[in-house]
Amino acid sequence: MKKQEKKSVSFRTIQEAYEARPRLWWLYTLILLIAVVILGWSASTMEFKGLAKKGITVAQGVGYGLLHPDAKLLFNIDDGRLVFPFLNLTTEGVAYQLLQTIAIAVLGTVIGGILAIPFSFLACNKIVPKWLAFIFNAVILMIRTIPSLVWALVWIRVTGPNAFCGVVTQSVCSIGMISKMYITAIEDIDTRILESLDASGCSAFQKVRYGILPQIIPNFVSTVIYRFDINMKDATTLGIVGAGGIGAPLIQCINSSRWGMVGSYLWALVVLMLIIEFFSTRIRNRLTRG
Amino acid sequence: MKKNQQAKVPLFDRIFKPRVITLPNGHSVAKPRSRMPLILAVLALVLWASVKLTGFDIGVIFRRGNQFTVILAQIFQPDWSYFGKVISPLLDTIKMSILGSVLGATLALPFAVIASTNINRNGISVGILRFLLNIIRTLPTLIIAKLAALIFGLGTFAGTVAITVFTFGVVSKMMYESIETIDMGAYEAMESAGGSKYQSFRVACFPQILPTYLSYCLYSLEMNIRAAAILGYVGAGGLGLLINERVGWRDYHGLGMLLLCLFVVVFIIENTSQYLRRKLS
Repeated sequence: MKKQEKKSVSFRTIQEAYEARPRLWWLYTLILLIAVVILGWSASTMEFKGLAKKGITVAQGVGYGLLHPDAKLLFNIDDGRLVFPFLNLTTEGVAYQLLQTIAIAVLGTVIGGILAIPFSFLACNKIVPKWLAFIFNAVILMIRTIPSLVWALVWIRVTGPNAFCGVVTQSVCSIGMISKMYITAIEDIDTRILESLDASGCSAFQKVRYGILPQIIPNFVSTVIYRFDINMKDATTLGIVGAGGIGAPLIQCINSSRWGMVGSYLWALVVLMLIIEFFSTRIRNRLTRG
Repeated sequence: MKKNQQAKVPLFDRIFKPRVITLPNGHSVAKPRSRMPLILAVLALVLWASVKLTGFDIGVIFRRGNQFTVILAQIFQPDWSYFGKVISPLLDTIKMSILGSVLGATLALPFAVIASTNINRNGISVGILRFLLNIIRTLPTLIIAKLAALIFGLGTFAGTVAITVFTFGVVSKMMYESIETIDMGAYEAMESAGGSKYQSFRVACFPQILPTYLSYCLYSLEMNIRAAAILGYVGAGGLGLLINERVGWRDYHGLGMLLLCLFVVVFIIENTSQYLRRKLS
């Protein structure tokens, strides 16, 4: 009550208003103090031992590799001329590795997106009883917390180190985030539309087709495309543990200091990611605007 | 005029002519053909190619799926005696992600301001800067960590560098996008009242972007805790080192303990940060 009275006071001069400005310096000081303490604590174990023995050569190597990428890995070059089909399509070539990475991300996202549908409906408070929703929410949280690298390491025991392992890993990992966003989409469904469809004499199938699907499908597709972006980024690193994709040759090149090849892999990755991001943002913008 | 209208019709509608429905009152309505079959066909093609490229074989899962359940069952019976060994790398992971988030987010702010079109009117410099920021953002974190570990030696410092670079890329992009949406009226008023560019930005724009900025910082901290946990896999300090070791020894009980600790930490930090973010917005 007192607060409201204070707010409704009208000031006669600018000076008065300025004098009565809210003073929260103690709050800011407190927040700053806490932040500084946390920072000091986290900086305590940060030992900087200088560069590693070969640190300078590695840094130079990376710089050199980025400026002089290995053209043979990228393009089909014979006697210094580009030859049809222009891109290096052998299994070692960048094009093939990138395609495999994309394939892993596509399959992983699609399967994950499909598997997430039952999960999200079963974890939605509005549809199923509370205890069931709680269990499935816990499962989703568990899936989200275990890092994708760990999932990959576990699945490798099942599938062996190949691209299929990457697909399975991503399908499982994607369930966590996708179903979380599906749940919000499901909870936002406007149920009044169903009533009006009922009133106009629609069957149950028609109610789902014209009342529910148009509301959730744009959301679902947008979520899946967003996840595809993330999975693309993930797929590049899954190769490090041997789950297929561009990560494996990239890390091998780094380990054996073949900087030219590292450069060509990195450039190809960056360009691909930028292209995919550009298109996915455009599609998602169109989906949200309808 | 007619030509202009024709140019606007998408290619798809020119190939598959829209169905024309004549209404009872004589008017005719053109209903464009559904794009669904085309989208489905493309999707099917892409999926088929992906299956071929990845050697997808669902049978393997049914044949060897029991392996997975065995491992999962072991993970769910954590080895409690392993707890003592997890604490120190877990704290390392938290410290790495906090320091990396703060450094990266602090670095990102000036770059984001320069890279936003409503503050910096020079289109060329904005373009170049954004291109560089995009490159930094798209580099995979693990690769940065690997390179940092090679350059700065194994340990937490390399991990901090990797997280700083990653946070810098993400926060600067989100920031310049939100700086572009702020109300520039106050800024112009300050400038016309005689303030310098810096002064008017500090007084008129900074209070507008501060809540968003802090919220992005917390968001990136949430992501970084997860990311930092696996950085050790390439030698950049933290939990990842232990994850690698436990999996190598097939000690899934220890791995379970480790994941449980990570789970608790992530849960606490996520909820705190989400609470703070709700307060901010």
